[in-house]
Formats: sequence, C-alpha cells, structure tokens
Amino acid sequence: MSEAKGVGGIDPRATPGSAGAGERPPMGTVSRAGDGELYAPMPSKHMVINLGPSHPAMHGVTRAVVELNGEIIEEMKLDIGFLHRGFEKSCENVTWGQVFPYTDRLNYVSSIMNNVGFALAVEKLAKLEIPERARYLRVITSEIHRICDHLTLVGAMAMELGAMTVFLYGIEARDLLWDRLAELCGARLTSNYARIGGVARDMPEGWQEKTLKVLDRVVAIREEIGQLLNRNRIFIDRCLNTGKVSREDALELGFTGPCLRASGEPYDIRKAAPYLVYDRLDFDIPVGSNGDNFDRYLMRMEEMRQSDKIIRQCFEQMAPGEIIVQDFRYALPPKPLVYGTIEGVMAHFKLVMEGIKVPAGEVYSYTEAANGELGFYVVSDGGGRPYKLGLRAPGWPMLAALPVMTKGSLLSDLIPTFDSINMIGGEVEQ
Amino acid sequence: MASELDGLPVIATRREEAEGFLQGLVSKSLGWARKYSLFTYPFVTACCGMEYMTMASARYDSDRFGAAMPRFSPRQADLLMVVGTVNCKQAPILQRIYEQMADPKWVMAFGVCASSGGFYDNYATVQGIDRIIPVDVYVPGCPPRPEQVLDGIMLLQKKIQNQSHKLIDRKPLPVIAGGPGR
Repeated sequence: MSEAKGVGGIDPRATPGSAGAGERPPMGTVSRAGDGELYAPMPSKHMVINLGPSHPAMHGVTRAVVELNGEIIEEMKLDIGFLHRGFEKSCENVTWGQVFPYTDRLNYVSSIMNNVGFALAVEKLAKLEIPERARYLRVITSEIHRICDHLTLVGAMAMELGAMTVFLYGIEARDLLWDRLAELCGARLTSNYARIGGVARDMPEGWQEKTLKVLDRVVAIREEIGQLLNRNRIFIDRCLNTGKVSREDALELGFTGPCLRASGEPYDIRKAAPYLVYDRLDFDIPVGSNGDNFDRYLMRMEEMRQSDKIIRQCFEQMAPGEIIVQDFRYALPPKPLVYGTIEGVMAHFKLVMEGIKVPAGEVYSYTEAANGELGFYVVSDGGGRPYKLGLRAPGWPMLAALPVMTKGSLLSDLIPTFDSINMIGGEVEQ
Repeated sequence: MASELDGLPVIATRREEAEGFLQGLVSKSLGWARKYSLFTYPFVTACCGMEYMTMASARYDSDRFGAAMPRFSPRQADLLMVVGTVNCKQAPILQRIYEQMADPKWVMAFGVCASSGGFYDNYATVQGIDRIIPVDVYVPGCPPRPEQVLDGIMLLQKKIQNQSHKLIDRKPLPVIAGGPGR
C-alpha cells in the first residue's frame, strides 16, 4: 500500500506471534494444517458439490460446481446467467435517453458511474462538449458512488466472514450518502443523474455543506471499520494469502480496477486516460503488492480515502454555471420555453418522441467504474435509437478468473475470494 | 333454480357451536404467534438486494417487527421474500425453494421485477413471480424504499392474523402443477 497502514504497524502490546506484533506469516505459500510435521491425514474422498445459485455466499446469481478432495478445491466450474435480463437488446429498443435507467441497473451499487460512462460514450460519438459545472457534478456523484460501492463490498465481505458489526456500520455510512443522493436526484439507489450533454439538475441549496458533513461522518465510520478489520485475527487469517493473483496473471486474465491494482499494476483510467476533470485533481492510485484478498480489501479502504479527497477538491474548484448544454437537439429545453414558445414545444416533442439524433458511427468509450474498466461500445446509424450497444463489464474477467484463483485452496477460501472480486450480477449477466 | 329448502335456517348444534368458538380462539392465537415470528428466506438476486440490506440493517431494522429474521435455509423459513428480477433460468430454482419451505408459508414480492417483471419486458425475464408461485404481498417500487417494505410486512402480518389457522391441518398439501420432481 502507498501508506504504511494495516498489518504493517507494530504494536508492542499485541499478542506475540500475531500479525499486530509485526510478524507476518510467510508470503507466497498457502498455509494449511497439513504442512506441518505433525500432519495426520484423515482419509478424504473425492466429491463434487454444488454451491448456489441460491446460496447467500454466492450472492444469489452464481452457481459454482466445485470438485473437492477433502476440503481442497481441485476443479471448479461456474454457471452464470441467473440474472440475464437482456440489457444490450433492451437498450436497442429504446431511445438514447431512455437507455439511462437500464445502465443504472448494471452495477446497481454505483449506478451513477454507469450513467456517466454511457453519457460519455454518446458524447464522444456526438462530439459534444459539456459545461464545466456538469463535469464537476459528474465527478462528485461518481466518487460518492465509488465510496458506496466499496463500503458495500467491505461490509458484505466482513459479514460473510462473520463480522456483522462491520456490515451494520458500512450500511449506515452508505445510507447517509444515499440520503444526499436522494436529495440530489430523487432516488436512493438507482440514481439517474447524468444526461446526454450534462446532468439532470443542479445541487439544491445547502447540499454542499450537508455532503461535507456526511463525508466527515463517513470518514469516522470508515476508520472504525478499519480498526475492526485491519488487525482482526480472524479476518487476516481468512484473507491473507488466499485468492492470490500475480501481476502477470492479473494482466493476462484481463483484470482492471482495484483487483488489478491490488496485484501491483498501477493502472487507473482516471490517470492513464483522464476524462471529465480528473486531470485537474490531485489524488493517488493505491497499489498492492501481494494480490491476495487482504490487499483487495485494503485497496478498497484506501480508494475510499482518495475518493473523499477528490470530492472535497471538486467542491473547492467548481464555479456556478450551466449544468447541461444549451443545444436543444440534445437537451430538453427549460420548461418556460416549452410552455411559452413554439420552438421549445417542438424541441421537447422531438426529443421525447424520437430521441436525440446521434451522428452515424461507432465508438468505444471507457471509464474507471468502481470495479474497473466500464466500456461502452456504441454504434449509431443516425437514428433516435442505438443501432448496437455492447458492454464491457468490469466484473466479468474477475469472475471468469475465479476457478484459477481458487484452484488448490480450501473451500472456505472461496468465500472471501468471491467477495473481494466484487461480483455484481447486473453487470456480469447483462 | 332456488329450492324451497334454501330459505330454511341452518341448524347448528351446541356442540358444533362450541367447537367453532374454540377453533376460532385457537386460530386467533396461532395467527398472533405466527405474525410475530416470521422467518425470512431472502431470495436475493438483483438491485433490490441493496435495499434489502438497508432494510435489514440498523436504521430500518426489520427485526423489530418480530419479523424478517433472515434464515438462509428454506426449511427454517416461513416467509419467502423474492428480492429482484427472476429470469427464466432462475424460475425453477425459485419454485424449488418455495416447495422446500415448511407450511404454513407466505411469499412477498419485493420490487416491481418480482411483482410484474418491471421494465424488463423481454424474452429473458419472468413477468412476475406469481406466474410460478403464489404471492401474498406485492411491494411496488424500483427498488422500493425500506419504508415501503416495512409497510408490506405489516400488511402481511394483518393478513396472517386474519387467516384461519389450525393446530393440525389435515388438508392435502397444495400441489403446483408441473413443478420440479413431478
């Protein structure tokens, strides 16, 4: 990690031999009961068990067929498709503007990031320049949702390893952020905020101050979660050195986002190909060294810290101004114009009935979502609806790598590994 | 066609009256007990699951209704909460889970996808889980706010209180046509 936090700190009062006393278990080996010289093997038989799809640890939508020898996973097959909702096909049946609700429900833990990703793709195709303030608002809401996403992951991961308190704290912090999002865009979870050419509405009165207060509270809760988990013996024993992926393997498997960075590759699209206003903001990209579940957890904690920093900077930098382009071929005209002028009525009618006319062509646009690279491949034939829309879901390569990551480990290691890759049904199944 | 016997008063003996009275008492007390000890099986598939997490957490705390304590085994649960979209591949699994639950059991459809398919009007999605299992309470919203779900739980509790409960139910168990294993 970039900062010496977590298990690295040495506490003289810690139990000798524990991670807190600065004695890390040897790296690079999977420690098992069977490794010692007192190993007394029990006769174990080969068996195939079926985990899920309706199993709490498989998040309800993944089926894993695991071939076990005793407790060791020999082979695993994943069966997905239990949440296939026809995302790409549905998007081709509606106008460009009506795609937004579908994108909300891709990664439903951080919906605004999907909104922004799609809006950027369409704007790239239409060569639209969006107003400054809209860019800042998009970054602010995206980063708020990144914090929500990571809080959910950390909470759920801890809960599935037995730490209910962390889950309750995480959800409490997420709820505070959701309240602010509800004030901003009317929905708690599927917050539909980005529009083609800008954002839906400006911040309400006093929203900035409220959000800053909430962020302070979230920082406090996050620190508390860190105190509960970072040196927690149970948590460390189950996460450290389990589900390891080397840097080469991670690149080979197509990892992006926190999972790739946990393996040591400092690749972040916000730095590599900055979009919106990320090039003007000062923030760090945390990088892990071990590529195991514990690093992926620490990565999430550090990214929340960085997102917090980004939001505060945005609030300082942003200036009043337009929040959506004033081009009525793309954005709905303001209501006084709709009710008062014939041009306004016509623009409104055309946009609602036919949708915006995006110039013919195709484009691939990618953003850094909470899980990694969220890519939209958009093809337009010049009509009011997408001709073809393809999605590169960030969670998919990590899920596909799960059999590789868990081969040879214990069955119980499957749970933290599955949690730390943050598999979200909505985006993986599309 | 009305027969002349129709107008005659129904004669109930005092024994039957007493039995009915006692059965009513038993039914009421069983209903009271059952409505405050709902054990949920959360069948969580999609977005609504995030709201389910909130509802089960500290702020909304569904446990305070004596209800909705999550059980991750269908055999220990009597309220099936179907949270999120159910598609054609998932449908037989949902049906299997419902069949595995012990009687008496109730079902809540959490969110519009479970209630009606929501805006996923396409080949993949089941247009409402009531096409495959019976549903007692529908909670609208995409996703519903936790308050709406709590409202749904209270509605269900009212419904359970007013149902007739028996200590020993000798009725044959309902059979779902075309279910797995038949």
